[in-house]
Amino acid sequence: MDQANHSRRKFYVTVINLVGAVITAALALPAAAYLLIKPTSQDTGEFVEVADLNQLVPGKPEEVLYRRTRVDGWKKMEEKTTTWVVKTPDKVIAYAPSCTHLGCAYHWDEEIQSFLCPCHSSVFALDGSVVSGPAPRPLDRFVSKTVGGKLLISQKLEKVNT
Amino acid sequence: MLKTILDWVDERTGLVSGIRHFLDEDIPASAGWHQVLGSVAMFAFLTQIFSGLLLAVNYAPTPAEAWDSLRYIVTQATAGGLMRSLHHWGASAMIVVVVLHMVQAFLYGAYKKPRETTWMVGVVLLLLTLAFGLSGYLLAWDNRAYWGTMVTTRITSLAPGGKILLTLLGTDGSSIGRETFARFYAAHVTLLPLLTLFLVVFHVYLVRKHGVTPAPGDENKPKKKFFPEQVYKDTVATFVWFAVVAVMVALVKVPLGHAADPTDTGYNPRPEWYFLFLFQILKAFNGPLEVFGAIVLPGLAVGSLFLLPFIDRGKMLMLRQRTGAIALASVAAIGWGALTARAVATTPTTMEEDGLAEVRSWQQIPASQLTGIAAFRKDNCNSCHALDGTGSGPDLTKVASRRPNDWLQKHFQQPTDDAKAPSSSNLNASEVRGLITLVTQRDERGIDAWKNAPDEVVKGANVYIGNQCGSCHTLNDEGGKRGPVLNGLKQRRERSWVIAHFSDPKKFSPNSLMPAYKLNPKDLDLLTTYLLSVPR
Repeated sequence: MDQANHSRRKFYVTVINLVGAVITAALALPAAAYLLIKPTSQDTGEFVEVADLNQLVPGKPEEVLYRRTRVDGWKKMEEKTTTWVVKTPDKVIAYAPSCTHLGCAYHWDEEIQSFLCPCHSSVFALDGSVVSGPAPRPLDRFVSKTVGGKLLISQKLEKVNT
Repeated sequence: MLKTILDWVDERTGLVSGIRHFLDEDIPASAGWHQVLGSVAMFAFLTQIFSGLLLAVNYAPTPAEAWDSLRYIVTQATAGGLMRSLHHWGASAMIVVVVLHMVQAFLYGAYKKPRETTWMVGVVLLLLTLAFGLSGYLLAWDNRAYWGTMVTTRITSLAPGGKILLTLLGTDGSSIGRETFARFYAAHVTLLPLLTLFLVVFHVYLVRKHGVTPAPGDENKPKKKFFPEQVYKDTVATFVWFAVVAVMVALVKVPLGHAADPTDTGYNPRPEWYFLFLFQILKAFNGPLEVFGAIVLPGLAVGSLFLLPFIDRGKMLMLRQRTGAIALASVAAIGWGALTARAVATTPTTMEEDGLAEVRSWQQIPASQLTGIAAFRKDNCNSCHALDGTGSGPDLTKVASRRPNDWLQKHFQQPTDDAKAPSSSNLNASEVRGLITLVTQRDERGIDAWKNAPDEVVKGANVYIGNQCGSCHTLNDEGGKRGPVLNGLKQRRERSWVIAHFSDPKKFSPNSLMPAYKLNPKDLDLLTTYLLSVPR
């Protein structure tokens, strides 16, 4: 009698644990997928015209305001944004406008002739390389191309080898 | 090791022995499968909190973005469609289990002294569950949500103090906007969950205080323990509930209509299935009696449900002796079933709109352009004017025709004059006109349709033009105003209705000005297919 009672009890507990585990997994796995697997971006990465090469002065960085369309979650929107453009004798570079340290907006400092981030004083040279401060890597560059004397950039970042 | 940790936690918090004490509850000898529903209802509520929280992560609660964000959840977010489906079917299944729980308590007389407050709190929890359904309904912000809630707020205005209630809901009853949306959202995700959580705790506390309801005769039998036998039964029942929801999630798609459009006069709203019986009752009461069906009757029903413990004060009986209660519950169930079945039967099946369906170019251009495409295909124009630039004639999708209309007309009627064109033309006057429209008014949509529109649609458009339907009806912004606009016919009428209507319009609407059309079966089929393909 006691034996039968004991095995029945064991059966109950096993079923409770098993069902509990199945339900937990059935809820937790989709939830994890939902929260952790990013949907494929709807951004086409198209090129946008940002500057006229003839108006750029070599060696003098210019902050360019331009409009782009961006898919932000469930909305496709048009917005204003900026890039720092530097023309050198052999090429034109468009830098992403945030410091590679903690993402603050940096600016060109005429006095020290370098890019200076106001947050933690990271200093970048004209070619984007880190001169001083906590920045872990050179400034990020947008993938760009020149068509008919205009500079076009995409929102994708270029790999930097400097 | 585990024991050491548990002992440490228990010594500091008392949680372990607290749970043990909870599970060790004495329950009556008669307790069993009929008492599992409370636990299932609680689990259902927790599941709803879970899926609701996950939906909230990607949901923008304003009329401007709600629909877009929900579409994003359903079409883009990983497992997002599953989450919405879980929340939707979980809600329906929760209402089912809450009602069944109440029916069980009613049949067994579990509301009797000293459990009156347990019952009354339970009735409030049922109302809260329905309030969740009502407020959540609006949040999809599609046409169904908008027009359904419109009706709800109007009914609210019939209640005593209706003006004040409407003010609370942020509307004057004429339309629903940001304010009402925000109120519903706030209720759905803050007020209702907090209130429900509090009352569930209170409800469970009362169950513990008075003990699980015994049956007569239990007092002479030894008591059982809640754990593990009853917990096992609760768990199995919960699993069955969960499995049913999982099957619904897997098999039945939750619709998302077009984004709410307050100017849409063609929409025919219906409430969720669990409110259909109220909708049907309301149909029976018109004019000054309306308030009776909308407010008085439901009010009396809820009131007597709430006060049931004071209406029936007899002593506890065995279930088989409670014939009155069984009869009452049966009548209520049959009445509910009949009203719901009637409401379902009178709901046109075509109403369900699919707001996620992509609208194709050929669904948006007027019939006059489509009929040109039909003519183009019929006469094999693409043997020279191939649409991929490989033909001997110009690819007309790339280069617009600059020929004058009379040249085009001649070219289409007597291609033999032109050395490169085929020697004969099979086109009638209206098809020639269609071709001229096509090559002269070509826009991006027209060109896309030229390449992609299905054959039966362009042929159907040809029938439409041939019978001059456009002289009375407007379709895709082209045509006369005497008859109704035909866009979105699919949401209003079934195929069989449309087909039957052609041969005898007056049979369906006695005041119709439309003459009868005796079309051959093939043309009738093509025309109907075409008309049902044009979206709103």
